[in-house]
This record gives sequence, structure tokens and C-alpha cells, in this order.
Amino acid sequence: MKKMIALLMAGALAALTLAGCGDSDDENTLSVLNYGKYIEPEVLDMFEEETGIKVKYDQYETPEDMYATFKADAIDYDLICTSDYMVEKLISEGEVLEINFDNIPNIANLDETYFEFSKSFDPENKYSVPYFFGTVGILYNKNMVDEEDLTSWSCLWDEKYSGQVIMADSVRDSFMTALKYLGYSLNTTDEGELREAQEILINQKPMVQAYLVDEAQDEMISENAAMALVYSGEAGLAMELSENLGYAVPQEGSNVWIDSWFIPKTATHQENAEKFLDFLCRVDIAQLNFDYVYYATPNKALYETMDEELQQNTTVFPPQEVLENCEVLKSLDQDSTNLYNELWKEIKSN
Amino acid sequence: MRKLGRQLLAGPYLVWIIGFILLPVAVILYFALTNSEGGFTLSNVLAIGEPIHLKALFLSLRLAVICTLLCLILAYPLAMILNKTGKKCQSLIVFIFILPMWMNFMLRILAWRMLLNNNGVINTVLETLGLPVLNIINTPTAVVFCMVYDFLPFMVLPIYNSMARISPEVVESAKDLGAGSVTVFFKVILPLTLSGVISGIIMVFVPALTSFAISDLLGGGKIMLIGNVIEQAFTQQNNWQLGSGLSIVLMIFVIASMALMSAHDKEGGGAGVW
Repeated sequence: MKKMIALLMAGALAALTLAGCGDSDDENTLSVLNYGKYIEPEVLDMFEEETGIKVKYDQYETPEDMYATFKADAIDYDLICTSDYMVEKLISEGEVLEINFDNIPNIANLDETYFEFSKSFDPENKYSVPYFFGTVGILYNKNMVDEEDLTSWSCLWDEKYSGQVIMADSVRDSFMTALKYLGYSLNTTDEGELREAQEILINQKPMVQAYLVDEAQDEMISENAAMALVYSGEAGLAMELSENLGYAVPQEGSNVWIDSWFIPKTATHQENAEKFLDFLCRVDIAQLNFDYVYYATPNKALYETMDEELQQNTTVFPPQEVLENCEVLKSLDQDSTNLYNELWKEIKSN
Repeated sequence: MRKLGRQLLAGPYLVWIIGFILLPVAVILYFALTNSEGGFTLSNVLAIGEPIHLKALFLSLRLAVICTLLCLILAYPLAMILNKTGKKCQSLIVFIFILPMWMNFMLRILAWRMLLNNNGVINTVLETLGLPVLNIINTPTAVVFCMVYDFLPFMVLPIYNSMARISPEVVESAKDLGAGSVTVFFKVILPLTLSGVISGIIMVFVPALTSFAISDLLGGGKIMLIGNVIEQAFTQQNNWQLGSGLSIVLMIFVIASMALMSAHDKEGGGAGVW
């Protein structure tokens, strides 16, 4: 009997601690979930000062992490920033609320072009506000790579650079290079095309130095490799730290990514979220965030205030002719996701 | 009343066991035996039979065995040396040995990445000395190397413990009875330290078998151990069922290896940490 009591007490204790995790609902707050290092920290303080709304700010590493955190349902987020295909996935799952754009007058600062791009994952532009965008391309060492080779993805399969190539340890990004090289869409779900891409990725593996995500830019800065597949934002940061590095997007086209804000269904402070979005679209705030993150901003009003040199910086702002060949990564249905994952696992364990 | 008081003292420990050991294992079992709709299935556990998973499992087993053997070869003589040296020197050596463990495990792996890199510290030194450079980063060699580095103390300490408990008289009497030093080693010292060796083997083999961080960071994403397959099932594919199913298989391997080892250790009396 006493054992039972002890057990019950233990259970009650556990239940109590769990209940303690629930929300202490303070009216004037805002829970934000964003990529790591993806906002100027001062902006949060400024927002709190101006509006009196207390911001609870959380960060994550990859969209898949975010999805797992969000689905675990521990915290009711009011506003989340993530990548295009993940926004699409969540919209299709009915997890996203429509944004009331009447509450966001500063939205007029954003360039229409990017709402057009956004239509590939948010067809009516009802659910998302673009935050930053860019491309995926090749960060290369000018002393080790012949720049003419970079016009085609074939450089990643060039024997010349065997052992000097860093690929991305991410299914869709690595498949993107092979699919574009073969002339297919990066959103293909055709098994034949994917098998073909898998085959050339397997052939490529002996020449690949490593499959990395975040460490790729460090390796490039310390000149351990000649080429790495990276996001344009990371490339920009790496190039600031080393003069020998350059960034190029091959002519076959690539992935143009847009990170956007959306309001999830769990939101308990939708108006605060919209106030925050309006705040982010303000030119001075967008300027602060741009200086901190240094990715391409869709804020046209801000772009127009920049000097010409920065406007022409093709690493930060992808040129029009490159953008034309690029596609936005689309979310795949479960069967295709599984197929991609299986094929990728076979490559990795080959 | 006093009895109840005493039982209450066990409360925190009970909460700990239930909340952080039994409950998680139950959750893993639940996920392992259900599909995404919540129905019963064995497919997640049987998925270990897929060629990719088998390959990862065998690679893990192979690297873990190599790592354990290397640790044993390095640790046994070291334990003997430790045992022979004076008290003061002994504690200094043990201290130096444990010192790296004060640093975070991930940081140490990252440091090895810096050291072993193609343009890393070691190669720069080798190059200026005109020696051939090491190209082991992103290969299984680098992974085993770092595993040995990380897990060696877990082999040395139990062996050293069991060796320190052998009283000098035992060795002396063996010698008095005419045993040569080789016979003393094989007939006296080795059998008496066997329990320490077995603890050491378990303490090295189990983390080496289940590790994924080392292979991830030093293997350049090219070395897929079973730990990496499980980690990716959780973090990238959002397939908790598969990850749990494979974890169960891995747990069976761990328990089997421990059972196998402790079967050889009946009279051991537990010299080690277990």
C-alpha cells in the first residue's frame, strides 16, 4: 500500500511539474519563433519600448527542427518565420491564419515581385509576408577554381576538383544541383528523373570532400576546399571574412528561397503579431535587420535608399537573368518526401 | 510513520526514474510499435533488415569493435605503468588523463576537426617539417581516432582500479613458487583484472556503438553509422516511428553485448564502475 502511495505521489509530482510548463497568460505579449541570428536583437527591445508589448523570442536551426518544435505544441507561438516550402506545408495542413493586411500599412514598402514569387507557396498571398530572400549557389576560392567553370553545375562533377568539393548535407539542396544540371525541375516528383539524379550524386560522392551544413563556410574561409554549395546569405558573410572567396550561381538556374513570416493557428495575440510585422516592414527597422543579417531584402523602399555599389552586389541581390532560371522550392507530398529521403539515404550510405 | 518518512526520501529518485527513464523508454516503445496512424506494426523494428540500415549497423559494430580493441591495447599497459609508479606521480597521471573530460565533449570533437583538417594544425606542422601530410579527415579512420581519444579514460580507470586491488603479496607468492613474469601476468594479473577489463569494454563499446556526433563532425557527413540513421529519422525526416524502431534494435544490441560480457564476469565482484 505504501508503495502505491509513493508511486501516486511521484505521479502527482510529475503532473505538477508538467502543468507548470503551461502558459502564464500575460495579455500584452507576443511569442515569436525565428531562425537563429535572423533579427537584430535591438529591434526586439525597440518594439517593446514603442508598443509596450513584451516579446518572447525563440530560435531554431532548420525548418525541420521548427516543424518538430511547432508540432510538439509546447508553446503557442503568435508569429513564425520560416522558409517557403515549410510555409507551404503548414498552409496545406491548415495550420496558418490569414493575415489582416489592413493592420500592416507598411506592407507597401515591399516589392510586388516577391509577392509574385511567394505565390508558388502561398497562391493568394493571404498567409505570408516575405522577410529575406536569396539563392543557393557555389562559394568558391578564386585561387583554386577557374571562374569559367562556374557557369554550369557540371563543375561539381569535374575531376579537376576531386576532393575539393563540399556538398550540402541536406536532401533538397543536394538534389537541386543534380536535377538542375540534368535540366529537370528542382521540384520534380518523377521517380525516373530522381533516380537519374541519384545516380550522378552517387558517382559524385568519391569526389566530395564532405557533406556539411553550417561548417561549410568555415571550411571555405580556412581554405580547406575549393567549392561549397551554400546559401547566398552565408556566402556573403564568408566573403566578408576572406578576400579569396567568390559566389556564383550557375546558368542552369538554382533555388531561389524566400523566408517569410506567418501567423500560426495557435496564435493567441494575432493583433500584436500584425503590429510586429508592420514594425518589421518599416524602412528604419528593415535597415537594422538588413545590416545584421545581410541577406537580400524584399523591402523596396529600403533598396532604393542603398548606394549603387550595394545594389549591384550580385552576391546579396541576385541579378535578374539568374533569377529567371530559378525556382522556389515547393513542399512535396508525403510519398515524394519519403522517396527523396530514401534516395538520399542510399547516397549517404553508399 | 518513520517508515513512511524514509520512503518519502526515495520520492525524488522515483520521480527521476519514472519521468526520465521509464517514461521515455515507454514512449520509444510506443512509437516503435505504431505506424503514423497509431496502429500496431512491427515494420519499424524490422526496418533494420533494409540494406542501408544493415550496412550502417555493421559499420557501427565494426568501428566500435576496432575502437574497443585499440582502447584495450592502449589502456592495459598504461594501467600497469600507473600501478607501478609512486603515489604522487600516480595521481598526477590520473589527473592529466581526466583533464580533457572537463571540457565539453562536442568542443573536443570540433577541436579535432581543426587539428585534422587538410589545412589544419597537424598538417601545417607536418608540411613545414617536410613530412607527408595526413589525409584522414572525413574518413572512418578519423572517426575511430576520435572515439579512442574520447573513450580511453573509460577503459583505463576500471582496469587501473582492479589492478590496484591486487595485493603485492599475491604476485610475490606466485614468484616464490617459481612463476616467471610471463606466467605471473597470464595466471595471476590478467585473471584478477578481468572484471575491470570487462567493465572497460562495456563502457567503451556501448558509447562507440551508439555514437553519432563524432561520425557526423569528423566523417564529413560521409560516414553513416546506425546512430546517424536514427538521428536523421528524428531531425530531418520527422519519422519518429522509424527512429524509435531502430533505437529499440540498437538497445537490444547494447543489452546483448552487456549480457555477453557479464556472463564472463560471474565471479568478478565488480571492480569497475558498473
